[in-house]
Amino acid sequence: MTDFFQSWGMSYEWAWSVATISGILLIALPLMLAVAMIIYVDRKIWAAMALRKGPNVVGPFGLLQSFADGLKVFLQETIIPSAANKGLFLIAPIVTFTVALLAWAVIPFGPEAVLANINVGLLYVLAISSLGVYGVVVSGWASNSKYPFFSAMRAAAQMISYEVSIGFILICVVLWAGTFNMNGIIEAQRGHGLGIVNGFVFNLLLFPMWVMFLISSLAETARAPFDLTEAESELVAGYQTEYSSMSFALFWLGEYANVLLMCALNAILFFGGWLPPLNVDWLPGYFIPGWIWLFGKIFFFFFIFSWVKATVPRYRYDQLMRLGWKVFLPLSLLFVVLVSGYLMFTRYGA
Amino acid sequence: MIQTLAFYLFAVLVIASGTFTILARNPVHSVLWLIVAFFNGAGLMVLLGAEFIAMLLVIVYVGAVAVLFLFVVMMLNIDFAELRAGFMKNFPIGIAIALLLLAELVLGIGAYRAGAMVLGTPDGTAAAAADTSNIASIGAVLYSKYLFLFEAAGLVLLVAMIGAIVLTHRERASGPHRGHQDIGKQVRRRPQDATVNARPDVGKGISL
Repeated sequence: MTDFFQSWGMSYEWAWSVATISGILLIALPLMLAVAMIIYVDRKIWAAMALRKGPNVVGPFGLLQSFADGLKVFLQETIIPSAANKGLFLIAPIVTFTVALLAWAVIPFGPEAVLANINVGLLYVLAISSLGVYGVVVSGWASNSKYPFFSAMRAAAQMISYEVSIGFILICVVLWAGTFNMNGIIEAQRGHGLGIVNGFVFNLLLFPMWVMFLISSLAETARAPFDLTEAESELVAGYQTEYSSMSFALFWLGEYANVLLMCALNAILFFGGWLPPLNVDWLPGYFIPGWIWLFGKIFFFFFIFSWVKATVPRYRYDQLMRLGWKVFLPLSLLFVVLVSGYLMFTRYGA
Repeated sequence: MIQTLAFYLFAVLVIASGTFTILARNPVHSVLWLIVAFFNGAGLMVLLGAEFIAMLLVIVYVGAVAVLFLFVVMMLNIDFAELRAGFMKNFPIGIAIALLLLAELVLGIGAYRAGAMVLGTPDGTAAAAADTSNIASIGAVLYSKYLFLFEAAGLVLLVAMIGAIVLTHRERASGPHRGHQDIGKQVRRRPQDATVNARPDVGKGISL
């Protein structure tokens, strides 16, 4: 994009700045629109599985429901509890929202269509997603109220537990791809399954990693069945209890942006990202642009997320901890050994 | 130009947030300022071209260590009056440590200014090649030249971990305790094991 602006007669520095800013806007604005629509989709899927109709009043098929909700929330009064720590109380939702947008900088939408093509892309995503917990913890503490505080404690322990096994899963993928760069990881998946299908998921050693990654990403985004941080039967609404109007909406948007990010990571790390599913160049789908494939895959994973939310009951807290530390951690560690051992014998020669 | 600006931005923010870490009255605010300091430190690393170290700084310190700090500090109920009462007692020790650190800094900068030191290994081979990535050059040194030091560090961490587990582990009384769940036993359970169909005659009770 820098070249395009340079062709308008700008100097390199100006063209680079303008290209970067327009790149940020090109990601952030459609992302906000996607979040609004995906909330609608989530409610529709959820309703269909409960044999209900879901939102169907505002706009055709209820399509404008999220915008009506947004407008309503925007017009409400922001209530700050008198006992709350005012500064942190207001900063916390902003942190959640900003962090949810930041990680999208390294997500590739096509071979060239990536805002920051850095060679530690995956580590950057891991670093940014580990910041997400601060919004929850700080909001729970700053609310100065019992249930949000419980929720903050739970969130801190839960996210740290699952980040450990996510780290090991990512190491398996990175070992196989040989790079931390997101586009490099996608290119490494070209023709991975017998030269026909694209994606690490068709690898016998990496398929169990994908299953664990999917479950861990549910836990990392605190979606059902791991939504213990906002378990309404125990904690009212968890860390969001004292929040109202826009400060609440920022949590809401940030949460769904994070869910979409995790869906995108599932697609990129295990299902070939912007590559078409089949690596056969005479098939009609092969020349469909990459971003359509990526969006399709993200939507597929989002459907799985909603499906799980609609069907699986909530975990108990000790079961959640047991799954994270006693099942996922040893299993993922075992697979790091297996994958590195296999690569040592085949690719690098013992 | 922009590098210089970014450097001064990050450097000023590191020092300012470090100062606030010490000055903040509320320990939770202290930890949050510390996180800001870590973050800007990572920014400085990126400016140096050490993007791998910067990401590790954020993942390890901000993502894990500081969360645990925050976790502990939030649950502590610190009595500020008591803290301040101990101030005069600890003041001389604090001054001594501060002087020690200052002396080390002066020595270190003096030695660097003298120009006698070559960065990297003694034979100067470890300087990162320009065309390899951070990760590759760190890995090449860490797993060959410094392998034993690396493994020794791992051993120290293992010992520390086992120590922490031994210190906090409590042996529970034997027998089934509340909250324990044997999933295999639950799955194996069948209706005929758990229920009895008694079929009592009309007008007669049953004894269990």
